Amino acid sequence: MNKIMMIFKRESAIIPFVAVIVGLILGALIMWIGGYDAWLAYHSLITKIFGSSYDIGEAILAIVPLIMSGLAVAIAFRSGLFNIGVDGQIIMGSLGALIIGTQLSLPPFIHGLAAMIFGALLGGLWGALVGYIKAVRGINEVITSIMFNFIALYISHYCIRIFMPQAGTQRSAMIHDSASIQIGWLSELMGGARIHWGILVAILAVIFYYIYMKKTKWGYELRAVGYNNHAAKYAGMKVPNVIIRTMFISGVFGGLIGTFEVLGVFKYIAINSVTSGLGFDGIAVALLGGNSAIGVFFSATLIGALTYGSQGMSFGADVPGEIIRMVIAFIIFLVAAPGIVKLIVKPIQQKMKKKV
Amino acid sequence: MKKWMKTVLPLLLIVTLVLTACSQSGNKNNATNNNGTSAGENLKKLKVGMVTDLGSVNDKSFNQSAWEALQKLKKDYGFEVKYQEPKTDADVMPSLNQFVKANYDLTWATAFTLADAITQLSKENPNSKFGIVDSDLVLPNVAAVSFKEQEGAYLVGVIAGLTTKTNKIGFVGGMDIPVIKRFEVGFREGIKAVNPDAKLIVNYTGLFNRVDMGKSAASTMYNDSVDIIFHAAGLTGNGVFNEAKERNSKGGKVWVIGVDKDQSLTFGDDVTLTSMIKKVDEAVYQISKDLAEDKFPAGEVTWMGLKEKGVDIAPTSSKNVAPEVLAKVEEYRAKIISGEIIVPEK
Repeated sequence: MNKIMMIFKRESAIIPFVAVIVGLILGALIMWIGGYDAWLAYHSLITKIFGSSYDIGEAILAIVPLIMSGLAVAIAFRSGLFNIGVDGQIIMGSLGALIIGTQLSLPPFIHGLAAMIFGALLGGLWGALVGYIKAVRGINEVITSIMFNFIALYISHYCIRIFMPQAGTQRSAMIHDSASIQIGWLSELMGGARIHWGILVAILAVIFYYIYMKKTKWGYELRAVGYNNHAAKYAGMKVPNVIIRTMFISGVFGGLIGTFEVLGVFKYIAINSVTSGLGFDGIAVALLGGNSAIGVFFSATLIGALTYGSQGMSFGADVPGEIIRMVIAFIIFLVAAPGIVKLIVKPIQQKMKKKV
Repeated sequence: MKKWMKTVLPLLLIVTLVLTACSQSGNKNNATNNNGTSAGENLKKLKVGMVTDLGSVNDKSFNQSAWEALQKLKKDYGFEVKYQEPKTDADVMPSLNQFVKANYDLTWATAFTLADAITQLSKENPNSKFGIVDSDLVLPNVAAVSFKEQEGAYLVGVIAGLTTKTNKIGFVGGMDIPVIKRFEVGFREGIKAVNPDAKLIVNYTGLFNRVDMGKSAASTMYNDSVDIIFHAAGLTGNGVFNEAKERNSKGGKVWVIGVDKDQSLTFGDDVTLTSMIKKVDEAVYQISKDLAEDKFPAGEVTWMGLKEKGVDIAPTSSKNVAPEVLAKVEEYRAKIISGEIIVPEK
């Protein structure tokens, strides 16, 4: 019992936990000020997430990309890089999946797998390119990765318009059914929720991330570079290689998100004026989860579930979805500024100590 | 052990509090529902929902029109109405499904971009009913509404053709899709009918939600001595208005012709020459009411033109348009309604 309590008493666990509670309370306050029924809102939030098997399925669908983008940002963070180009890597991934999905004809299972691998590779190379520019020329990855988002976006528009257009609409042609990675039987079981194999991939990715960081030589190098890249260099590590490798893995995570969206959810790419923003959500997920595998998993679950549940809030209690975004923003703000949470937690902890 | 109790007990307390509060509010909800159905009126009380395209319900355009219609239904007949605003493409399906799973009598999709989702849902839920605006979907449980935009655009084309001083007129379209093409073609025909010398410059920005692109498109046209721009570009068109406002405040005199709603109400009379309005509210209101009267036009596409009063010029047009021009407009309106002039679609 004590051992379990020790985990929850660690600061890295307490701060996000308190931040969530305080965030929800602040959200309730805002709803009351705005004249909404906060209890009803939170009630509909919870029923929206757990109400039916369909809702659970769709909530998972919202969580999966957040896990992946959280991992993509986190792995870069650990090596001292700030990858805000996940959005671009997502686009390259979905473009890769779309190309294989529409242009080739392969037997079912293999087609989907090939599309996924190609998309992941394209995303990975897109990330590695940023890493290469950083490692070899020392150009700040924040600038290159965000500009690469736009390049990716317009490359995708161009490719869709020229090679895979669907007449009369603003989206690409549909992928062949054989390339779909939806799990039909599970989807039917969950009331038509769009369940796909990406869920399994996301779980594997979390495990991979943990093992890679903690148990492999490459992971050790990655962390060493993140702590101090000069020291790592003097210790004989090839820092440029580590950076490129890390950005490649980060890009693969991002690219996989894109393949899930194309192969599992939409089956096409719409021509949008902006990127999905999932990459930026990933920054929040990584931050909230403290860049650890399990932390990213939980924070993605939280943010994904809240985002999905926000639809229920607007449906059940007429609360605008913006409020729930505000709650999420509060939580992230409090995690990013741990001093505020400590102000709340410290007196409580001291009191408890005195009494004991 | 004691320590442990101290942390867990308050937590338990909070959880129970939350749960009881939740269950109470749940009951409250049921109670209001019962009250709602007990008050009787002659028309069936339907539950009608709507899902916007990736925009806000307060977009001063399409979504807002449709929502106003639903609110009117609520006021007039006590319908239960709700809307959902999907924020990303991934939200679209769950938003629509929310209404289907809550057994709504009718679910509106207010944009052609939702056509794929509606197609899929209508097959999965043959007993639910859907409405879609700006689409020509033919499915057994879907009522589609389309507008003869070309007819309304023809009339504003007449206005533009007779009002221009430079003989150069611009058209800014959102995307090169059939709906927007109808605007362009009708506009072109209208200009040609009254002013064959006028030149029409066309620019499709490719996107409906980029104000900056609308502004730069307008800037290029106005620099090229265009003095009237007709936009059919949703939010992108707001950029056209911004550019025109800037120029007029610096002493220029350029006009914009608005679209979908009377945009002079939003952007002011100093830049808005007139607007071509699409009465989405009219269509949504009528078809929802038809359902209550068991006349739901399922499997049909309802085409709303000048005759059906689905498209028109804004009622405030007389502020900036000369009376003799308006007289000409009425002349052409009569000709289109009588079928003497048939405005092409393409």
